[in-house]
Order: sequence, then C-alpha cells, then structure tokens
Amino acid sequence: MPTIAESILSKQLGAPVEPGMIEKFPVDFAFGHDMTLPAAIKEFNELGVGSVFDPDAIAVIPDHLIPPHNEHAAELYSTCEAFAEEHGTIFYPQGRQGQEHVVIPEDGLVKPGDVVVGADSHTCTEGALGAFAVGVGSTDLAFAMAFGWLWLRVPETTRVNFTGKIGEWTEPKDLVLALLANIGADGAVGHALEFGGETVRALDMDGRLTLSNMAIEAGGATGIVEPDAVTEQYANERVDEDFKLHTPKHPTYEQKIKIDCENLEPQIAIPESPANVVPISDTRVSDIEIDQAVIGSCTNSRKRDLQITAAILEDHSVATGVRLIVTPGSQRLERRAIREGWTETFLKAGATMENPGCGACFGMRTGVLDENEVAISTTNRNFPGRMGDPTSAVYLASPAVAAASAVTGRITHPREVI
Amino acid sequence: MGQAFCFGDDIDTDQIIPAQHITSADPTALADHCMEGADPTFADCVTPGDVLVAGSNFGCGSSREHAPLAILGTGVDAVIAESFARIFFRNAINIGLPVLTVSDATDRMTAGDDVEVHIEDYIVENRTTDDQMEINNYPDFVNEIIEAGGLIEYGKTLSQSNTR
Repeated sequence: MPTIAESILSKQLGAPVEPGMIEKFPVDFAFGHDMTLPAAIKEFNELGVGSVFDPDAIAVIPDHLIPPHNEHAAELYSTCEAFAEEHGTIFYPQGRQGQEHVVIPEDGLVKPGDVVVGADSHTCTEGALGAFAVGVGSTDLAFAMAFGWLWLRVPETTRVNFTGKIGEWTEPKDLVLALLANIGADGAVGHALEFGGETVRALDMDGRLTLSNMAIEAGGATGIVEPDAVTEQYANERVDEDFKLHTPKHPTYEQKIKIDCENLEPQIAIPESPANVVPISDTRVSDIEIDQAVIGSCTNSRKRDLQITAAILEDHSVATGVRLIVTPGSQRLERRAIREGWTETFLKAGATMENPGCGACFGMRTGVLDENEVAISTTNRNFPGRMGDPTSAVYLASPAVAAASAVTGRITHPREVI
Repeated sequence: MGQAFCFGDDIDTDQIIPAQHITSADPTALADHCMEGADPTFADCVTPGDVLVAGSNFGCGSSREHAPLAILGTGVDAVIAESFARIFFRNAINIGLPVLTVSDATDRMTAGDDVEVHIEDYIVENRTTDDQMEINNYPDFVNEIIEAGGLIEYGKTLSQSNTR
C-alpha cells in the first residue's frame, strides 16, 4: 500500500506510482532565492516560453544576501526583482523579506498534499505540512517555472517513529539530531523520510518544520510529517483553497526506524557533520568554549524558537567575549518579538538582532567566524568553513542550548541557566 | 571506446570541483579542475570517450550544477557508479551528462580498463575483461532529455512546438 509520498504523487499523476518510477509530475508551487534564482532566470530565458506557467504558483524570495552587502549581491537582488516584476510572481522585497522556508508556510503558499520544488536543498522543510517538497538545481527550477511540471523519481520511503514524551529541555531540534545520529549522513539517500509517532503528534507546526528541515542532512529527498489535526488547523488558518490530508492506511516502507525520546537529552552535532551527534552530557562537548552563538536560519527562527530564547535570556547577560546573533525568520516574527517583549530581552542581554533572512548560517554575509573560532548554532550544517574560516568550528544545537551557552560562554544545558 | 578512471565511495561535489574554481559555469573551464579534490592528475589524463567509474553515493553534497558541468566538460562518455546522490543525478540528466548505475561497478572495472558504453542497448562493455554489464533502463522521456542535450534543450523543443 502507498506511503504518504506515493499517495501525493499518485494523486498528482492521476495514476498509481511505485518507488523508482520516473514520471512527469505537475508542480503546485516553485520558488528560488537570490543565490539560485538568477542562474535559473538565465536558463528560463533560453527556453523562449515568454511567461511563467502560473505567476501565483511561483515565489521569488531573496533571503541569503539581503540587504545586499556588496555589488555582486546587489546585482543578484536586482535580477530577482526585475524577474518578479516582469512575470508578476509572488515577491518578497527588501523591507518585507523573510527566510523562504519560514515565510512559505507562514503565508500559506503551500498546502498539504502539494508537490513543491525549490532551488534550495532545504526545501524538504515544507514537507512538515504534509506536502511533497523537494530541493532541485537551477535548471530544474527554470524548467518548472516555464512548463509547470518536472520529471521526478518516486522515492522509497523511510518511516521514522518518534516515541515517548520529551523532557522540559528537549526540543524538536534534538529529535532530528537524534535521528541523524541513528541513521547517519547517508541513511536515507534519495528517500522520502516520513515522520510520525506520538512525539511528533504532540509537536506544533514550528517544531515539525524544524524536524523536516534536516531531512536532507540524511540524504533525504523530503521529510514529510504525517498530517493530522495540527496540520489541518495550521493550513485552515492560512490557506484559502481546498486541500486534502494524505494519510494512507497500512503503507509499505523500505525502511523503518524508531527513536525513543522518553529520556532524550539535548543533542549536539560536533563538527564536521550534522550526523556527528552526541548528547550534551558527553565529555566531547561539555567543556567547549564558544566565541559566538547563533539563533536563526530555516531550522530554528520561528515563534517557539524566539520564545524559548527569550525565556532563557530573561534576567541574564551574554558572557563577556561571546557574540550572540538572533535572526527572526520573517518580518512578522520580528514584529511579534517586539510586541511580546522578546526583542527587549535579547537586546538587554547583549544580543545583536539581525534583519529577517538566512543570517549567519553560511558564512557569506554576517557573523563570519575568524580562524579557530567556535560557534554554537541552531542552523543545519557544520561542514568545514561553513560559517567562515576553514579552521573555525560550528556545533549544532537547539535554541535553548544555544541561548544557555551564550550566557555561560561554553556549551551548556539550559537547566544550568534557568 | 575509452579508458576507465576509478574512484571510491562518497565522492562529494567539492571533490568533483573544488569551490575556489567555481568562477564560471563554462564546462570547458571547469573541466581543467575536474575531480581535483579526489585525483589532481585526472584532468590532465582524461580524454573524450573515457569513462568515470565510482562507488556509492557519487555527487553527494551541494546542489550546485558546476559539478556535473565540470565532468561534462571533460568529454567523458558517462559516469558509471554504484549509486548517485539524488540532486547530482538530476542535475547530470538535466545538463545531458549520462549517469549510469551498475550495482557492482567498482568490482568489475579497474583503472585503465578499456570500457565502452552502449547506451542504446543499456550495456557497459569491459573489453579488457570481456565482461558485459547491464545498466538501468531510463524511461523514454529521460532518454529524450539526454538525447536533446539536456533539460533546457528538451524544453526548447516543447516551447517551439507549443506543447507547454
């Protein structure tokens, strides 16, 4: 019997599909950002179609290099702006900008059951809505924008059941890091990761988006959260169109994994792989001193992330010699942080607040690390040189751990600070 | 007909084309540094018609299309691997680089073997060992993409025939 991915793709094709099949699938939504879209625009123009297949189904979201910090970035932004204007696509200009994987769900641009392609490897994030969302290259994006369909291989499915009630300081980030520790960086290459179980059902949508975001770090094509009442409510509040929750009975999985979260400690990914994960009590991380803490990115820049950061920083200061950068995922979240008083808490603690976007995640614009510097970050990759100098090191963790570590200056369990 | 160049498992996109050489998307320019991270002599030794043989998870890492473009620029007939990372596989097909899966490729081909790819018959022939290997049969329209010279060229035929 079909899995969720197979159920969505069968609906899309109008015929039953099986893993391994390569077919032409209509695309419900396509998007790109300021680093991938300009290349796609060049190829789109070569196709000679004149117009995009559906301006309402395409979003141009500059988020990596915004506001532009040099002439090259400015040119990329202008290229995006001109394309959006010419074709009437959805556009997030500077001043209304946000991280693409934050604003797409937040603004109801994707709904459960959709087939979504984005020219960004973390497009798997949108699978949290019960959609089939995959990252593609610029050529694929150009083609999808022109024709409204794309060739896709139907993936095998790895089902992951998270069981048990999580503790006070265990976050959705810890769940996905625990999964990566279990299956490794190549544990689901080309597969759809399907997330379910009682622990996932208890998560809000913010937490589910964090979970799906890191599916690519195991090689997954997408990370689909089994849709339920939480999904339905989230979509109903944001989407005008009808949608269907795909919850097939008795699916056949290629692989099944169980992660027991009952006594799961906060998890830390040690450089230089997101799958190189140990619990926070492990001696390999417990005494690591940090130069910088980063809270933001498509993994962890949403309401629950900012809220827990504020709760931990309340009445505390960032340790001397440590830089803390907080980057809200969208302008809506930035305004909310002001309204709720979180911004005041961040600034009072000594944090630097950044404008919405990708922030320091990839070491090309802000928060760049110097030689041998160490960061703790809520982002999704800790590859060599990811956040700056090749000798620098990035440890991945939840917002709670990153905030607590900013206060003490070393990798710290949140309960030590509260 | 060409010579086999053999590599191991988990060859990532940075090994295929190190980031410092990504100053252009021109396959010929990229080819000068192709596979430099795995074998610095490869670009000097490879000639058109040769084949690249690898283990599992070839092309893991970035979604950048420069990696398959660099290989395309060398003029090799195909990349034959035990398995490919998903986005690399797509990008290769889309730019017209044949990527062929042979489950025991590294056991059946050794560096320097005389290897010929018969794409139309779904066969890779190792003439040195007199061995014939079956390769995956692509669906017809994926072959059309490869034969057209890539997804953009394929798309041009659709737009010219107004079949959008």
